[in-house]
Amino acid sequence: MTAPALRDIDQPLQLSPRALLLRRIGGHWGLLFGLSVLVLIVLMALAAPLIAPHDPLAQNLTGRLQPPIWAERGDWNHVLGTDQLGRDYLSRLIYGARLSLIIGFSAMAISGLIGTVLGVCAGYFGGRVDMVITFIITARLSVPIVLIALAVAALLGGSLEIVILILGFLLWDRFAVVARSATMRIRSADFVMAARTLGCPTWRILASEVLPNVADALIVVATLEMAHAILLEAALSFLGLGVQPPLPSWGLMIAEGRDYLFFEPWLITIVGVALFVLVLAINLLGDGIRDVTAPDAH
Amino acid sequence: MTIYIIKRLGLAVLVALFVSFVSFMMLRVAGDPAIAMAGEGASAADIEYIRQQFGFDRPLLVQYVAWLAGALSGDLGNSTYFSVPVSALLAERLPITMVLGACALTFSILLAVPLGVLAAVRANSAIDRMALAISVFGQALPNFWFALMLIVILSVWFPLLPPSGNDSWRHFIMPTLVLGYYSTPAVMRLTRSGTLEVLRADYIRTAHAKGLAPWRVLFKHALRNAIIPVVSLSAVQFGYMLGGSVIIESIFALHGIGQLAWESIARADLPTVQAIVLVLSMIYVFLNLLGDLLNAWLDPRIRAA
Repeated sequence: MTAPALRDIDQPLQLSPRALLLRRIGGHWGLLFGLSVLVLIVLMALAAPLIAPHDPLAQNLTGRLQPPIWAERGDWNHVLGTDQLGRDYLSRLIYGARLSLIIGFSAMAISGLIGTVLGVCAGYFGGRVDMVITFIITARLSVPIVLIALAVAALLGGSLEIVILILGFLLWDRFAVVARSATMRIRSADFVMAARTLGCPTWRILASEVLPNVADALIVVATLEMAHAILLEAALSFLGLGVQPPLPSWGLMIAEGRDYLFFEPWLITIVGVALFVLVLAINLLGDGIRDVTAPDAH
Repeated sequence: MTIYIIKRLGLAVLVALFVSFVSFMMLRVAGDPAIAMAGEGASAADIEYIRQQFGFDRPLLVQYVAWLAGALSGDLGNSTYFSVPVSALLAERLPITMVLGACALTFSILLAVPLGVLAAVRANSAIDRMALAISVFGQALPNFWFALMLIVILSVWFPLLPPSGNDSWRHFIMPTLVLGYYSTPAVMRLTRSGTLEVLRADYIRTAHAKGLAPWRVLFKHALRNAIIPVVSLSAVQFGYMLGGSVIIESIFALHGIGQLAWESIARADLPTVQAIVLVLSMIYVFLNLLGDLLNAWLDPRIRAA
């Protein structure tokens, strides 16, 4: 046996942080499953014009409410059948994924910005600033968001942009709470103190010392809030105050299928399952990231 | 304890005032209530008339103070659709929503707490994994879709339960399941993590070492502490449920405050919408206060902090 081999045996568990992270990711089936499903859905949404068999808005009133392929009258031309206006169900489902992802991502980005700024400031400055921001967070948590979102959407008129803005301005609370407590934990850490002693301007300490160190926790919140926004958009659209017809929002598709609940239950079943799977994938990804980056935070 | 209560009470009042102000302004700024109330095809004169009659032409701050003063004395204005005092409408509808919320919370706690405790006691066992699956699924399930699927299964395929209305207790079963399942994941996760943490504590080891029966250690020593955070979460969850009732009640045609909110939004009945937002926020603030006070009562360490 040669000497280098012996040395390797002496330190069998000296993995680099990156290798350790990769190993943790590889062993986390929830994360892997969530990530693969999400990637698949994102690819499907991006490639929608290429893979959708029909125009999602093209109506065909003579071919209304055709059942999916596994039913008796199923037909390969419309694999998942057609809706109440004869529009191809599969194409609408594929384009609907685009809407869900766009809304979920944009709303999450807006609320992430608001919540992170508020939370980091509260955690870093403490004192009065913290008191005021904590008060705002408490107040925000006391507002019935579904009701406010519905009422504001009704007054402004529902549309894609308005839904994004409403959700973005309502869902920042968890970002703020998490950013605040994460910042508090590191605000007196040595590297922050060192930067302060060196005379670093405050904005720079926040941007290059504090933010990177709270990012892990915020990414987890980001996934959860994206899922939350997607569910709320679907609910708003379901009640007719979100994305407006003829756009193929999944919530809207469930609302349209509701009239055919008794005889054509697949109309709401398929799109509901799609919504469930998308949200499940995002949540599993978020839970997985939390497990992998902060295994003790359970 | 008295100082804590006074402090906490003061905060609740401040939050309540702030929330009422922000929600009032938000609804006013979002759109012109006179135009919304006049409906499509109204002339400029009609809109102007409504604006004057309801006082929408006054400065926003004056409107807010007038509205708040009225609300404090129990006058929430008149519904523009029903032409009756909003407070009368609320008195009629609120009990139904409260019953629904109470049923849903009970269901959720009965499901989540035992499951969470079991999952913690048998960590990483099959029960733990099943509990985790239930919570992960619950978080991803769109509640309005779950409601519709329940109707398809329990009212259409197997006609066991009525799909809509609120005439008997049977009408409340499906809404209870949907609303209750919605908050099960949060309650269960907190019960599990709380129990796990407590079970690792030194005093539990001492109790075991004294030779106490395992069930006694679990129920008399561990759960008493593990359940404290769950109490305050339950109060918060009840608030969420009242908010979620807007969607669920409108699906099951349950004549509670949620359905009233939804109808009032559709009818541009602004005084009613405003009042419901206020009432739900106030209930929420109150529940939060209650949760915190209960916590402080159960756990003396919180009072000191």
